[in-house]
Amino acid sequence: MTSRLLSYVTLTLVLIFLLGPFVIIVAAALSGGETLAFPPQGLSLKWVMKVFEVESFRASFALSMFLAIFGTLAALVLGVPVAYAASRYRLPFGETIRTIVSAPIIVPGIIVGLALLRYLVIPLDVSVGVALFIAHTALILPYAVRVVSASLDNLRSDIEEAAVILGSSRVATFFRIVLPNIQSGILAAFILGFVTSFNQVPVSLFLSGPGVRTLPIDMIWYMEITYDPSVAALAALLAFLSISIVFLAERFLGFSRYV
Amino acid sequence: MSDETYLDLSDLTLAYGKTVAVERLNLSIRKGELIALLGPSGCGKTTTMRAITGLLRPASGKITLDGADITHVPANKRHVGLVFQSYALFPHLTVFENVAFGLRLKKRPSAEINQRVEAGLAMVGLGKFHSRKPAELSGGQQQRVALARSLVMEPKVLLLDEPLSNLDARLRLEMRTELQRVQRESGVTMVFVTHDQNEALALADRIVVMKEGAIEQVGSPEDVYNRPRSRFVADFVGFENIFAVKDGNIVTENGAMALGGGLSVNAPGLAWRPNMVTLGEGRFEGEVLGAAFAGGSREYLLKSPLGPIKAEMDAAAPAFKPGSKIAFDLPPERAAVLERM
Repeated sequence: MTSRLLSYVTLTLVLIFLLGPFVIIVAAALSGGETLAFPPQGLSLKWVMKVFEVESFRASFALSMFLAIFGTLAALVLGVPVAYAASRYRLPFGETIRTIVSAPIIVPGIIVGLALLRYLVIPLDVSVGVALFIAHTALILPYAVRVVSASLDNLRSDIEEAAVILGSSRVATFFRIVLPNIQSGILAAFILGFVTSFNQVPVSLFLSGPGVRTLPIDMIWYMEITYDPSVAALAALLAFLSISIVFLAERFLGFSRYV
Repeated sequence: MSDETYLDLSDLTLAYGKTVAVERLNLSIRKGELIALLGPSGCGKTTTMRAITGLLRPASGKITLDGADITHVPANKRHVGLVFQSYALFPHLTVFENVAFGLRLKKRPSAEINQRVEAGLAMVGLGKFHSRKPAELSGGQQQRVALARSLVMEPKVLLLDEPLSNLDARLRLEMRTELQRVQRESGVTMVFVTHDQNEALALADRIVVMKEGAIEQVGSPEDVYNRPRSRFVADFVGFENIFAVKDGNIVTENGAMALGGGLSVNAPGLAWRPNMVTLGEGRFEGEVLGAAFAGGSREYLLKSPLGPIKAEMDAAAPAFKPGSKIAFDLPPERAAVLERM
């Protein structure tokens, strides 16, 4: 009986820990007051409306969307062949390749950001936008490789031999047989990559420059100057966006199988 | 069936990296023949099959098919079919599209594809299943789809990897009959791989028994079953009493024993099936160690001066009790004569 009670208490505390900030953000977003505060002073939608009027939010939202979509696509273009090679062929240095590919997950983002800034942006004079794109692609790559690898491991490799014997070339076999069978894995990798990129802070922090800021970085900037609840409103909107994406993915793909 | 060689494997050596799986194998197959590659796992039968399909490149040797050297022709241009042990159907395609896959690659007109696919599915008795996905079919049905998928390509040789091993006993018999019918109707040259002697005996025109990457014996089912030429083949097809022969005597645990019967044998070995052993009379005496009722017959294990003897007698004959001493004989005239021990 005690252990049962204890587990309920633990569960409640964990849920409060996980959901509490979200509740606070949503409440603060709906505040009628002039400053970011909890509990909110009155109820109003004006800060939610204000979000859409801040010009830097619009620019940084566009940049974040661009990075999330095209960074993820680039990571998949690189990652799918890597995953395929790793699952189908016994590669020399296969383990090393896998470690290198998953390094961005293990190495703290601050270090990745600093390294890219110090050795890519400064010496090579790469523009901030390009550096951000490279960084996001590299950060998403491990997720892409992992999720697609899981799909490939579940796919029998003898169907590829069957296709070859029926007259298909190796390349055609990949597009006609392998790709259609791992498409839900690729979609899952895309969603995971998108969300990872969109929410990325530490690396982007180092690589943001004047006028080129991703949305999360722009929110930090904004808060340093203007301490009104519109940041909370934006955060709440983004949270709802993420939740609906993951909810839909789970509903239609069984997302949790891949992650 | 013509007498001319259709598929020829000549001095074929196959290896995975440095491990040699098949060494200098020679085999000629005639058009329309049904060949079984029989042997225990690891004997090289599947490796040989993969080499015929082109999925494995030979280390050395030559493969000729229908008069052309195909040793270096890639797998997708060989006109050879393969039915996988796991069936290997494309999970995202319907039954119809699975069977149509090869024809679509060949860019055949769609009317022809429709007609050939329907004919293929009808041949394996799956005419009504064309819009199902593989996951919605039973194992037996999946195998038929795999068979139809290979047959519609009209391959010069159709290879089957353990075609009956994944089916239950009743389906196995049905599929065996089916395979024979399909082979008769299509006239396709078939080579199938099996570790089950009963399958090979029931299906094949000729059996190729393999051991450790080499051919032990090639012959008709009757040949292999009744006249095994080596100790390995004899053992494999159920000759459980095998003796080496030296100077006309059989070699036992207790020294040489005269063969008797006025027979002089120059071969190095003799072998008897359990049901060839005479029980109740004869020149030798043994003690019954164990007896088991096997439906139509009774099986005995005897301890004798020759060593352990396995015998089998009709169940209608009176039973011998374990522990009793009985006379028995190994009639020399019934023995299989082994050329290699």
